[in-house]
Amino acid sequence: MGLYEELIKDYRVKEGLHTCINCGTCTAICPAAEFYKYDPRKIMNIVQGKDDAQIEELLRSETIWYCGECFSCVTRCPRKNGPGLVIMALRDLSIRLGFFTSSEKGRQVLPLTHAMTGNILKYGYCIHPKTFRWEDHQESGPVWKWHTEHLEKSLERQGANYMGEGPGVLRRIPQESLDELKAIFDVTGGTERIRLVEKFSEQKAKEMGMTMEEYERRTFEDCSEEHFNE
Amino acid sequence: MIYEGKQKIWSDYQKEIPDDHWYYVRSCIRQNFFPASERMFTEITKNVLKKDIYETPYHTTCGGIAYHCDTIPQETVMTIVARQFALMTEAGYENYVPSCITSFGNYSETLETWREFPELEARIRENLWKSCRREFNKPKYLAHSSDLIYHWRNEIAQKGKFRLVDKETGEPLRIVEHIGCHYAKMFPHKGVGGAEYPYVLAGMVESWGGQVVDYPERRHCCGYGFRQYHVKANRGYSVSNTYKKFESMEPFHPDAIITNCPGCPYFLDRWQYVISEQTGKTYGRNGFGIPVFTYEEIAGLVLGYDPWDLGLQLHQVAVEPFLDKIGIEYDPKAKYLGLNKEDILRPGLPTSMKCF
Repeated sequence: MGLYEELIKDYRVKEGLHTCINCGTCTAICPAAEFYKYDPRKIMNIVQGKDDAQIEELLRSETIWYCGECFSCVTRCPRKNGPGLVIMALRDLSIRLGFFTSSEKGRQVLPLTHAMTGNILKYGYCIHPKTFRWEDHQESGPVWKWHTEHLEKSLERQGANYMGEGPGVLRRIPQESLDELKAIFDVTGGTERIRLVEKFSEQKAKEMGMTMEEYERRTFEDCSEEHFNE
Repeated sequence: MIYEGKQKIWSDYQKEIPDDHWYYVRSCIRQNFFPASERMFTEITKNVLKKDIYETPYHTTCGGIAYHCDTIPQETVMTIVARQFALMTEAGYENYVPSCITSFGNYSETLETWREFPELEARIRENLWKSCRREFNKPKYLAHSSDLIYHWRNEIAQKGKFRLVDKETGEPLRIVEHIGCHYAKMFPHKGVGGAEYPYVLAGMVESWGGQVVDYPERRHCCGYGFRQYHVKANRGYSVSNTYKKFESMEPFHPDAIITNCPGCPYFLDRWQYVISEQTGKTYGRNGFGIPVFTYEEIAGLVLGYDPWDLGLQLHQVAVEPFLDKIGIEYDPKAKYLGLNKEDILRPGLPTSMKCF
């Protein structure tokens, strides 16, 4: 099956692409298009062009990773399209086929996957104090440095139930709930997705002559100049 | 736009919000960054307004942030959503209220996609049964927690001790409202006022005595962008968007910003600190920043709660000038104390932006 045929099986493409007229409204409103060399109008045009060679180029490119998924494009599109939804489907296919490791921004899927799925499966949250390190988020300021240094007492003052039993803010999510999340991942392809991301990333790290530790650190921190508008 | 046309659009985006009996689910980001805001939501709704707001410890993340970071498949996130609905069904509720805009968007997207593609809903039901042996009813009503505070805004104003008014001049304070993108940009009919004229926060500001500030980039994203923040290499995207908003609102001299999204108050607060460190520029008066609040924090101030019980000490931008303007009393020495006045030291200060 061709790439276009595979792509249009995604419900986000079914919902998000109904004959784009290429007016460029999405690009005009897009926060990412102002910052990055990014043009969602062109992406929509390539996808509806049905040319598998061009779609593969897109799946291996930097450009599909620039979107911030704010969906400002959905509000403004005069044809009720959702370029942001089509981007999500392109990213999904790029990951499934291993094409994401061809681009610097695509390779960031590895640290993102480890951070998000790690938190969900271990704690039941997408973000958790035990993994949100101040050292990686110095923009959070001196107040957050203080907060993290006195985490339990600061959260106690805020009325949280940090890692406690029962309901409340930042409660410990019961093990049976975490077991159900793991079962959901197993049944719906979430676990297989993590395996695929790790497999393709290991191949790429080897090709680039890096250890996995170095590869993951550099995908999290490195940023080339090529991405930005003048 | 002619006035009648505006009225027509507005009438299309009214939303039915039941007055009681809500099943409450929490926000990953808000629990981390604004923990007292969620505690204040349950305090105000249960203890002040005497509403039935139910929470079970067995609920989890909705998976929305992981989904929008492109790290889990659509079927995975939808099955997590289905499990949340199953817990609601088992608890005997049919009104569902998430505390998170990303979640609200996630639930809205899931329900709308199932409505259009019933075969997908059937597959998710199978997934849920296979993985958790659970079944669910879809919520009869879905609202964001800011919708509920909007719904009860006049009751809060009546019970309030303060109004958003300058105590010296009697003039209304100038408030910027920032609506999280996933509240109504994807599904305008799900939000109060839609995507063009969202009224959920503006309604609170007006009821509590303030004046809403209009400015060119009012609807621009705060810059979260999911992977554009969670990967260190991408954070220039995030701060650039916040910078654009502040440059746009600066000439209108807002006294404060009110937000309804989990990430927005964090980014609008913290990127002001970063901009001040990088460029020396601050956007408030006299070297201060513009304070950024959650709607629960503003509601709590109006109702007369102690600012430090509301968690305002976790903001990087100082809130004291705003409190002084209204005439809200506070103990400066208690700002960074722990429970029972325990000394847990205090944070360092920014280089450029004034803070206490």
